[in-house]
Amino acid sequence: MKIELIQPFINAADAVLAETLQCAARMGDVTMDEEAYRRKGIASMVTIKGDIEGRIIFDIDTPTAARVASYLTGSPVPESDEVARETVCELANMVIGSAITALNDQGFKFKIYPPVIHADELGEKSSEDQESLVMCFDTGSGNIFMNIAMRYNRKRRTDN
Amino acid sequence: METFPILIRKDGMPIRYLVVDDSVFARKNVAKMVEAFGGEIVGEAGDGCTAITEYDRTTPDMVLMDITMPQMEGIEAAERIVRSHPNARIVMVSSVGYQENIVAALQKGARHFVQKPVKSEILYEVIKYVMGDDAAVATPTAQES
Repeated sequence: MKIELIQPFINAADAVLAETLQCAARMGDVTMDEEAYRRKGIASMVTIKGDIEGRIIFDIDTPTAARVASYLTGSPVPESDEVARETVCELANMVIGSAITALNDQGFKFKIYPPVIHADELGEKSSEDQESLVMCFDTGSGNIFMNIAMRYNRKRRTDN
Repeated sequence: METFPILIRKDGMPIRYLVVDDSVFARKNVAKMVEAFGGEIVGEAGDGCTAITEYDRTTPDMVLMDITMPQMEGIEAAERIVRSHPNARIVMVSSVGYQENIVAALQKGARHFVQKPVKSEILYEVIKYVMGDDAAVATPTAQES
């Protein structure tokens, strides 16, 4: 996957997590995920279609999600609570929306779909056509993972 | 949360808001901010279709509307609301802030755009700007000051 596709997500996660959690988010491991994606906790998936197509999974282990939700709502949120899932979806929406905005500014055109809870334990395997990259961000509240699987839409790119 | 001077309508009543977002978390977050500005939430909606019916029911002073939503997106809902209520004040609030989206929203009748994550100081200034002469900063009473 080209760095021009990845960098906006790193920048967006950095900026949005710092703004919302009021702490610096340090980027940790970046790995290529060749096996099917295994969910770590509460995961939200955003699909994009257009010049670039694919999906991004924003994944937070359950205790961290509850801590983040508690911090953002200002009151304790149990791990099983709907608010924890809502928080993950909204964080995903903000990080991915911000990255998509930057990619659009580079000239890529696409549509972003609302985040949905990714409830399956395993996701689809990456393929030769669509590699999957996992990034880990270390925040004061715990680790946040972002799994990105995107590819250029060849037809659209050739049409242009 | 940072404190702001209370914004009220010209008639001295609180500014009435309709908050539209498919995320309950995002709605609560925005609602908390506008209540801190002295506003009143008169309605909430999780998609564009409900936003239209809620607008007709509540006739708010201002709508804070997300763009990416299921069923009907925010820009289309804004267009439909403005078509039947030309004076509707709609501010788009979205994480997707690229030029095309902003221009489309403004062309369809939205008055302004705020990018998520929403910063309360920016939202406050945008509300003040969009309300224009129809709102004022409340003068603190002797007891409050």
